[in-house]
Amino acid sequence: MSGESKAIVAQGLSKRFQSFLAVDNLDLEIAKGEVVGFIGPNGAGKSTTLRMLCGLLRPSSGKAHVAGYDVEKDPEAVREHIGYMSQKFSLYNDLTVRENLRFFGGIYRVPKKEFAGRMNFAVSMAGLEGREDMLVHTLAGGWKQRLALGCAILHRPPILFLDEPTSGVEPEARRRFWDLIHDLASDGVTILVSTHYMDEAEYCNRIALINRGRLVAMGSPGELRLRDLGGKLVEIACSPLGAAVNALAGSVIEAAIFGDRLHAVLDPNGPDGEEIRKLLEEKGMNVGAIRMVSPSLEDVFVRLVSGGKEERVLS
Amino acid sequence: MAYKETLQIRRDPRSLAIALLMPLMQMLMLGYGVSLDIKHVPLCLYDQENSQNSRLLADDFVSSKWFSVSRVLTSEEGIRDAMDRGECVAALVIPSNFSRRLAMTKRASVQAIFDATDVNTTNIALGYAQGIMARTSTLPSTVDFEPGTWFNETLDSRNFIIPGVIAVILALVGAQLTSLTISREWERGTMEQLISTPISASEVLVGKLIPYVAIGFINAGFCLVSAVYWFGVPFRGSMGTLFVTTSLFIVVVLGIGYLISVRVRSQLGASQIALLVTMLPTTLLSGYTFPIDQMPQAIQAISLVVYPRYFVTILRAIFLKGSGLDDLWMPVSGLAIYAIVIVWLASTAFRKRLD
Repeated sequence: MSGESKAIVAQGLSKRFQSFLAVDNLDLEIAKGEVVGFIGPNGAGKSTTLRMLCGLLRPSSGKAHVAGYDVEKDPEAVREHIGYMSQKFSLYNDLTVRENLRFFGGIYRVPKKEFAGRMNFAVSMAGLEGREDMLVHTLAGGWKQRLALGCAILHRPPILFLDEPTSGVEPEARRRFWDLIHDLASDGVTILVSTHYMDEAEYCNRIALINRGRLVAMGSPGELRLRDLGGKLVEIACSPLGAAVNALAGSVIEAAIFGDRLHAVLDPNGPDGEEIRKLLEEKGMNVGAIRMVSPSLEDVFVRLVSGGKEERVLS
Repeated sequence: MAYKETLQIRRDPRSLAIALLMPLMQMLMLGYGVSLDIKHVPLCLYDQENSQNSRLLADDFVSSKWFSVSRVLTSEEGIRDAMDRGECVAALVIPSNFSRRLAMTKRASVQAIFDATDVNTTNIALGYAQGIMARTSTLPSTVDFEPGTWFNETLDSRNFIIPGVIAVILALVGAQLTSLTISREWERGTMEQLISTPISASEVLVGKLIPYVAIGFINAGFCLVSAVYWFGVPFRGSMGTLFVTTSLFIVVVLGIGYLISVRVRSQLGASQIALLVTMLPTTLLSGYTFPIDQMPQAIQAISLVVYPRYFVTILRAIFLKGSGLDDLWMPVSGLAIYAIVIVWLASTAFRKRLD
């Protein structure tokens, strides 16, 4: 059994699909009441990890405990303590809001006496008052998402796994969704939520950065931002951007397109800002302002992910 | 679970219509189309005598709905010729001494020649010919009845076919519908949600099947009513026996559909396989069209494991012979064993895992 204060513990968790290693030796410790963001590019192994933690996939090796229960040996006990929202939208479209809630209330074995209250809570949380008898497929994305969350928390699980709950939802609805997540967290619910929206990372207590099945970094957004990139970060206004990235390869530690600008991590032993300008202008590019910026999470992310790549090439 | 499934079935009026209308359509199509009654078998007539008696006999053939005279011949060789050209399947030869022998010995013979390339048709046509000969008032019978027509006095193969059709329809529709229930949830992504909850595998099984059991019974009712009132098949057995055996069969069929559904995660694949495992054995090996005792030994052995075979046997016996459970203990226990095995398999097949 794992420590009392830990909601989720994974040790050396791996999942292999034939020759493909989807999750590679993942260690994870999440305390009760934490909101942890699971961040990484598509195919990084986020969903696979969440599914293993829900007891839906059997780990190839390693162990995981959720709410103190072994996900491999006792998946049913795990399931009684979790709420899970899968990546694919997963309510019954041909049922009404009320019927969906009733169905999930039934299979989560919500006591009859409490059901009405919980349903009202879920409905008001999703902002669906007065729409209880609408068929789900007629609802807009944000509503569906909130309803799905409502269904997943009907049985008041202490732990929630949300797999990209906000993908494909408009920004306003995304923000509302995160408000809900924080409301739940303030009630003591532990939440592990995967996303590929970098801005959402800022909403989390901690971030687990995952790439190619490996945990690359873990820490609060503040901690991660302080990570040493290995050099100063500069923002370069130039065009064309793609060619500039190629031109800088080898001269800087890292260069990446960032919106309509270029972000580059300067090598302390390599060219400085002005030398970079010359280098780019020699190749016939237009170079505007070059200025120092403080790294955002995304910068750290790009750096860590590409660092991981190099490791792979070497090993 | 069952409630939700019922709601979903109701919300999908098209599927529900298919579920309920398909059996009716199939009943009509199979009842008429697969009828083994061959009407208007082309017949060549070679009347060597051309007397009043011979014409009376020929008229019996001509006026029956089973034969129609395609050609009147004047020579023996003409028969071969007409058959080669496919102008007739049967030829009736009335010898020139027909009336004389009839008058002298009270026994005369006519020759009937059949084109046996299609054995099935030939057998049936032969049966018709025998029937006509037997009923011909003017003439003594020259051929004996076959005992096979005991329970089907009217020589109407429909009475034989329709009970089989009921089995085919219940198997087809039942397995088809249930084969979709689990795979539909996989396809829509709701299954992943479902298995992340504490719901148990047997709750899924029972919840999924209850509404379809109901549909199965409605269909069975449809079939029974149309068989008796539309097709005029005699029903001599008891409703109780029919109910017990039909329940068993519905359980088997739905269980098979469910098993397929659990294994195959796409709706299309599931329904195709369901079609394969129900259509082929039911239509070909159940004895519904082709009598089992005329199959090769090896196929007969295979048909022992073909579940519809038991139900087809049971239905025929209930309809035509009025058999009760005690007469039918063999096929009923065969079906019951099947039901137990299928339910056991189905209850263990569903795994709450993605891998």
